[in-house]
Amino acid sequence: MAIAAASQNLVDGILAGSHRAAAKAISLIENDERASEQLIRRLYPQTGNAYTVGLTGPPGAGKSTLVDDIAQIARGDGESVGIIAVDPNSPFSGGAILGDRIRMMRHTVDPDVFIRSMGSRGHLGGLAVATSQARDVLDALGMGYVILETVGVGQSELEVAELADTTVVVLMPGLGDSVQTIKAGIMEIADIFVINKADHPALARTAADLRELLRLDPRQRAWTPPIVKTVATNEDGVHELWQAILKHRRFLEEKGGLKERRRRRLERQVVEIAARRLREEVLVPSTEASGFRRAVQAVTDRRLDPYAAADQLMEEGAKRVAAGS
Amino acid sequence: MVEPVSGRRIRILMAKAGLDGHDRGVKVVARALRDAGVEVIYTGLHQTPEQVVSAAVQEDVDGIGLSLLSGAHMTLFPRILELLKERGAADIVVFGGGTIPQEDAEILKQAGVAQIFTPGTSTDTIVGWVKERFGGRTAAA
Ligand SMILES: Nc1nc2c(ncn2[C@@H]2O[C@H](COP(=O)(O)OP(=O)(O)O)[C@@H](O)[C@H]2O)c(=O)[nH]1
Ligand SMILES: [Mg+2]
Repeated sequence: MAIAAASQNLVDGILAGSHRAAAKAISLIENDERASEQLIRRLYPQTGNAYTVGLTGPPGAGKSTLVDDIAQIARGDGESVGIIAVDPNSPFSGGAILGDRIRMMRHTVDPDVFIRSMGSRGHLGGLAVATSQARDVLDALGMGYVILETVGVGQSELEVAELADTTVVVLMPGLGDSVQTIKAGIMEIADIFVINKADHPALARTAADLRELLRLDPRQRAWTPPIVKTVATNEDGVHELWQAILKHRRFLEEKGGLKERRRRRLERQVVEIAARRLREEVLVPSTEASGFRRAVQAVTDRRLDPYAAADQLMEEGAKRVAAGS
Repeated sequence: MVEPVSGRRIRILMAKAGLDGHDRGVKVVARALRDAGVEVIYTGLHQTPEQVVSAAVQEDVDGIGLSLLSGAHMTLFPRILELLKERGAADIVVFGGGTIPQEDAEILKQAGVAQIFTPGTSTDTIVGWVKERFGGRTAAA
């Protein structure tokens, strides 16, 4: 009951536009799974209005600087902006230095911008476990756009595309493996490519490599990802980037792709929650019953094969569910 | 892996207010805190009290560590405490360090600054204080 009352207070605060309540809610999501469920259940009816843009790409490519520029332009259009910027935690201490915010300080006192730094806390895939639900909080807070910035290490930061409506892949010239990185699945998730640091002499080469890679891509696409060149530190090209985002949004909205993307995302989410519940509430308790120990003994003695034992375990689980225990 | 993947982390906002452009000291402390398991949000140089407080609220930090070398401590610290109160965030603990004379440190502590580390304080002392001060708190709701 205490949890319920506390989360209702947070929900009321978020719906009233309180940054403090939104910030506390995100901490709760990061730290306490059970309380977080209560919160999201109450918040969920108020979500679904924000448009989510994800930025991914190698460290130092200029993602944070671009997020800052995009926020500036979006604000100029009268849009409110929520930002979640993820950085890695140290695998040794669990601590982190979260520094993306440094590039966004001009928006800090703007009441229509909310910026949250988040440690990935060991989660692979470029985001944190809490990012999806934190996105929901900023959505419910009334932000017109939510921008997600990934960690920017590793080759497989594909998770952002599962949350974002538009995914922007940020590259920079002169990184030998920069275009190489794309091959590891990034090609599939990019709705827009940015080559930032276009002030660098290797720009032409990187742009040509990328065009070639896109040309060789055998799949038929209804949407061909544009390549936008930017100098984030001078805000060069960022209007073109914003226009590309808006164009992709219109494309998705007009062709029904947005509804479809979001439907698939929610489908995955529901299946994930159900799978976790099955494991935690049905399978794990069943393994603690004596029948399971006997079955494992039978598998050890070769009287039963592992598949038959697994079937028994599932039948046991189904019985427990039917009995309501 | 010392810490589990899930569970609460101490979160500290480290800011450099005022006009001086040295952040070496802050960065050393930030790294030491990270290595002690703390999530440090570093906001860079030349922060105004308004920026520091807005960032601290959005980041839902346990504490603000303010570094000051410019001599404006007697106005900046009280202003931050005042803004935190205005934002309903007076539970965020404020501490700091820099070139602050002992007698000013006493006055600031009377005013509600939790701790002032004078020049020469070891990084270990600061990390120890942070763990002691914030380590026992449970997730705020
Ligand atoms: N020369 C140049 N430097 C840039 C540009 N964009 C960003 N930077 C700098 O590159 C560094 C990394 O930028 P940041 O936005 O933090 O990259 P992130 O790691 O991808 O988030 C910073 O020092 C930026 O000032 C650009 O277009 N040109
Ligand atoms: Mg960054």
